[in-house]
Amino acid sequence: MTIQFNDETFRDDYSFHNSEWAIRRFPFPFHEDSYMYSMNAEQHRGGPDGSVYENRFDVDEHYVSEMQDRAKVLSEDPLRCQSLPHMTLAGWDLLELIMVSKSEDYPDLFELHRDGDQWRWVNKPLGIDDTFTFLDESTLPYGPMEYITRQSQGDFALLDQRDENLWMDAGMVTTQADWSLDFNIGMNFIEWHGPVPLANEMGIFKRALKFLLNIPQGSPGRRLNWTMTVNPLLDTSPENYHKWGIQKTTLTPENIGAKQHLRVELQTFYRLPRSNALAFPIRCYLCSFQDLMTMPKWGRRLHRVVRDLPVELATYKGFIDNRPLMIDYLSKFDDGLPTSPGIFPEPETEPPLKT
Amino acid sequence: MSAPQKAKAGAEKIAVTVSAVVPVTEYVTRFEFTRTDGADFPPFSGGAHTVVSMEDGDRTRLNPYSLMSDPTDLSHYAISVRREDTGRGGSAFMHSQVAPGDAMTITCPVNLFGLDWRAKKHIFFAGGIGITPFLAMIGQLEQTNGNWELHYAARTPESAAYADMLLAKFPTKVHVYYSGQGVRIPLESLLSGQPLGTHAYVCGPAGLIDLVHDTATGIGWPHSNVHSEEFLAPAPGAPFEVRLCKSDKTITVGEHESLLEAMEREGVDAPFLCRGGSCGQCETNVVSADGGFIHRDHWLDDDDRASGKKIMPCVSRFVGTTLELDR
Repeated sequence: MTIQFNDETFRDDYSFHNSEWAIRRFPFPFHEDSYMYSMNAEQHRGGPDGSVYENRFDVDEHYVSEMQDRAKVLSEDPLRCQSLPHMTLAGWDLLELIMVSKSEDYPDLFELHRDGDQWRWVNKPLGIDDTFTFLDESTLPYGPMEYITRQSQGDFALLDQRDENLWMDAGMVTTQADWSLDFNIGMNFIEWHGPVPLANEMGIFKRALKFLLNIPQGSPGRRLNWTMTVNPLLDTSPENYHKWGIQKTTLTPENIGAKQHLRVELQTFYRLPRSNALAFPIRCYLCSFQDLMTMPKWGRRLHRVVRDLPVELATYKGFIDNRPLMIDYLSKFDDGLPTSPGIFPEPETEPPLKT
Repeated sequence: MSAPQKAKAGAEKIAVTVSAVVPVTEYVTRFEFTRTDGADFPPFSGGAHTVVSMEDGDRTRLNPYSLMSDPTDLSHYAISVRREDTGRGGSAFMHSQVAPGDAMTITCPVNLFGLDWRAKKHIFFAGGIGITPFLAMIGQLEQTNGNWELHYAARTPESAAYADMLLAKFPTKVHVYYSGQGVRIPLESLLSGQPLGTHAYVCGPAGLIDLVHDTATGIGWPHSNVHSEEFLAPAPGAPFEVRLCKSDKTITVGEHESLLEAMEREGVDAPFLCRGGSCGQCETNVVSADGGFIHRDHWLDDDDRASGKKIMPCVSRFVGTTLELDR
């Protein structure tokens, strides 16, 4: 399939939009009518045709515009991309993983030609055709992690594994849900999860850490996480909170359908072969409430989840003040009918909204 | 989430062909593999191991071995196996039954003994067959101009696998000590003289591992700068019966098999990675127990053990009247 790349913005005039194709494949994060934390991980081994699970690194209609937005963020704040000196090898591991995966999964968009250490990488959507020496940093315009993640949607954390812990020692983070690489760099898994309510008491982090430490090479995993964002902003960083935090107060009953977005992260985990580090790509998908409501199952379910979410979680995810507005809007799309299990919208079989 | 795909136990498997069987010393033999599909192997990091499946009659043996081939050459993988005549039979099978051209299955590499990439210098201590992970680590460090040295203890020159090759290739970095000649590794002086930021790694018999840890601690090394790997083989013990609640089965663990092996024999898909008490993957909850555990793993902490609620089926056993597991 050839992808038509959107020309759109994630700031100022917010021309970001999802096509019907993008709405239909949106990774809706709720598999049932309620939500609580869990380490809801499964193997990352493909998925239904056309879904965001199909390929190792999903490329969609937002690719080119997202990469332009990343370049803007980096030019204003270079600290969004950092790699401690011992993480260069992990950066090469990530570069290899992404180049091999994308050239195999999207041969019409990406090409990788390898002759020993001499590699040629062709990225047609971004107009890149570079030849370099694998493992020789001097032959690339950036370090290996920065080079490849300027060409890959989603944030990337590279976690060093030692002392039975994971350490956030490198990353490219420009599309994040209110956390800061510059603040977290060098922290371990338990430290950087310090602010999350309830989960620690539930023993989730201890179990999650054990799970991640044991991700073997060749067996990647994935899970979904979510939050809420007003306006289709990729960069909801603490560094720029003064710019986007205020926008949460602009919601009205008239504009909520277009302005309020469900923000979903497809998180994947890969053991990297040469460094033994863990790659943690965090891919952000945005979808407006009004687009979500075109799928009757999602309308019913989102209302029930938002209505019943514990106060701590609605507070932590930053929408406790807007929750009454959201519930008013969403309730119009919930006729009380049961929903089918699983995250997929199933518009062919799910009954239309009773009015 | 949608149609979750449950992970199968163990790492991904790779079909291989035995390409060479090379005697190295009286007891040690090297086995080289190529991929049956003709492709290159996945890259790996020094210190990684693979689990080799051996089809021995109606029994499948699964033994972990360190990858010792050069990580920069992915055309083949190699392991070196020391024949343990009093062992459980895996190494004897490899030595007596495996020949070039044989089809075998190994797992993707798993590394529980990786290099600490922050180290300014890596100092390796090997005892006997514990030399194998260091061969791959050296290959990887040579590629990146890493700073390393090796201190290798063996009984005699004849029994010191790969010592000649290492001494010839790296005469200033490799030091070999023969206990048969009364020469020991001078641990205290070696560990005292290292620059800040040095990491030490030890692989070999439990005695050497403990000695390196104790000596390093004694002269003020941080714990996190000393790394070790010891694969435990499951020890024999009295047979015992186990009730597996989720599988709805009652099985008997034989004298010469592990609890994990007994579960696999009965068709229970139990998780594992290292099969040597290190990785934690096979950790299993105890529903009820009337008796005592023989914990032999390196995974459970003292609290876990005291609770009586956890067991590592790859190496640990049970002595008592009834045991019920959540598996």
